[in-house]
Amino acid sequence: MSTADPLALRSHALRAPVGLAALRSLGPWAAVFAIAFVLERLIGPYLPGYYAKVLTDVGIAIVLGVSLNLVNGFTGQFSIGHAGFMAVGGYVAGTVTYYGHHLLWGGIAKQGGFLGASEWLFVAGALAGGIAAGLAGYLVGLPSLRLRGDYLAIVTLGFGEILRVIIQRTDDVLFVPKDIEAASFTTLATSVGGALGFTGIPFLTNLFWVAVAVGAVLVLSYRLKHSDEGRGFLAIREDEVAAEAMGVPTTRLKVRAFVYAAFFAGIAGALFAHEVGTTLNPRELGFQKSFEIVIMVVLGGMGSISGTTLAAIVLTVLPELLREFAQYRMIAYALLLIGMMLLRPQGLFGIHEIWDLSFRRKKAAP
Amino acid sequence: MADPAITKLLQTTMDAMAVGSLYALIALGYTMVYGILRFINFAHSDIFMLGAWVSFVLARALGWAAPGAVAPVWAGPFAIVFVMVTCGALGFTIERLAYRPLRSAPRINVLITAIGVSLLLENVGQLPAAFGTQPQRMPTLLPDVALAEVGGVILRSVDLTVIGVAVVLMLVLEWVIYNTKLGLAMRAVSTDTRVAALMGIPVDRVISTTFVIGSSLAAAAGFLAAMKYPGLNQPAHSTWVLLGLKAFVAAVIGGIGNLRGAVAGGLLIGVVELFGAAYLSPHLRDVYVFSLLIAVLLFRPAGLLGQATVEKV
Repeated sequence: MSTADPLALRSHALRAPVGLAALRSLGPWAAVFAIAFVLERLIGPYLPGYYAKVLTDVGIAIVLGVSLNLVNGFTGQFSIGHAGFMAVGGYVAGTVTYYGHHLLWGGIAKQGGFLGASEWLFVAGALAGGIAAGLAGYLVGLPSLRLRGDYLAIVTLGFGEILRVIIQRTDDVLFVPKDIEAASFTTLATSVGGALGFTGIPFLTNLFWVAVAVGAVLVLSYRLKHSDEGRGFLAIREDEVAAEAMGVPTTRLKVRAFVYAAFFAGIAGALFAHEVGTTLNPRELGFQKSFEIVIMVVLGGMGSISGTTLAAIVLTVLPELLREFAQYRMIAYALLLIGMMLLRPQGLFGIHEIWDLSFRRKKAAP
Repeated sequence: MADPAITKLLQTTMDAMAVGSLYALIALGYTMVYGILRFINFAHSDIFMLGAWVSFVLARALGWAAPGAVAPVWAGPFAIVFVMVTCGALGFTIERLAYRPLRSAPRINVLITAIGVSLLLENVGQLPAAFGTQPQRMPTLLPDVALAEVGGVILRSVDLTVIGVAVVLMLVLEWVIYNTKLGLAMRAVSTDTRVAALMGIPVDRVISTTFVIGSSLAAAAGFLAAMKYPGLNQPAHSTWVLLGLKAFVAAVIGGIGNLRGAVAGGLLIGVVELFGAAYLSPHLRDVYVFSLLIAVLLFRPAGLLGQATVEKV
């Protein structure tokens, strides 16, 4: 570095030693996989089925909430069609694993144990689902995010409805091996059960992959929040015109946030599709589901990753505990939304993380 | 004997006009609120739903819904006035309690509140003490006779009443907005709230009036829709949200904030939806409407009759 660029020199001096940097960069991932492994192999076997399912539901809710937080929280846009992207991911992943199992192994029986062949097919399917959802997000986001205003809300709602209509028009699931082998790719992709739902998808979602997805969405969105791109998102949220004047490419960043969110919604959809005791059908993933995800973000704090996570946990566990009041659940959510906006519009934690809060404020002033 | 192709064309046109005028009535409420407060009033589609359900409850309470019962001649006019008044009052209450405290808050907060109000209305409506979770059949409160036959299409008095009442209501609104002092105040508030307030216009009262007018129009549309399509879905059913959504699309297509645009947009949506359903595929009618929305947002974001606005800082 012969040309003495003072900024470059300073940033060089600030850079951590190579070992520490590697630890910082890879450490969280190692922790994610370690926790996932412990959950699946050491705790999972002793966990009764019901608790494992609730835990899985909580994980999926966290992935959905934290990913929607990228759009509704960080970027200040308003998407209310997150369940639509979940459906895209779920259907694509389900098609890959269901027909993949039939074509490769002649049935939906699981091949190999933990991290066996079936699970890798599942990972491939989930990634395909995420990418498909991301593409859908790009197509939906581009026309509406070019404009200011609330058009995104309408367009995402409309997208969910169109998707529902299209899925309902699909053919019944094929299950005779001979038919599946004879069918073309297009036939397989359009034989996903129609209005009745996609039944027969192998149950491949386990705590390991749920934990990996949760870890990935948490680590990535935390890093995003503190990156250049994330600062751009927050700038758009605070004042779009000012951000534009400062050279933030607003449309590009808004679309990018939307695509990231759609990708993770697709992953969550894949986990949901392969979970025990759920059926993937278009009605399940409608307005209601989208609103539930919105409520998690609004409640937890728009922009707060830990707040949204906490809200996702509470809003998934609480209905389980209060099953007899299920009728009043949506009324309570509605009152919660209105009350929150009137009394604490930034959500419980606002843009802050839980650990940013100081609980010793009173002692500080002597 | 009439040519079947012509019969189909005439029948589709007739239905498109009836459905389109209902969309237009709902779209007027969306566009008036958006014009003044710049947010999508998500609860508007629920007011429409309540218009239909309140008229059903009224008919049931007065014994017109019993099998074999015949409603008196004044049933229709009475019911429509009743739902317009009750839903207008509800619109006033919602604005007063939920939206007015947020007058200076960011728009996204008002939007979230509107979604909360919408969920609240739907789910309170689902309670057994309110409307319950069963779909119901609306009794006929308007005279339903075949008036004439044109090219194989039977002109039913219900269809003509729906279109007629919708047109009359729109003309009244047009007169109020462009020929009265109240209308002048509403237009002033919609152009610039702050300057209007400085000129001595009671902004809050004007906004309240806007909500009352918009809500009563939506309620009238709900009543008329229940007359034309007597099968009432449960209050939280997605068809209500979807109908409201399409009415909002109509407002956007016509140019949001523009009353004549909302009417034109509503009729256009009716035509696109019903002609698409009749001549292409009946299952994809929502797809046509939202494709039209995407096309308008891409090529003419201000809407067909709207004027592009420049964002000022």
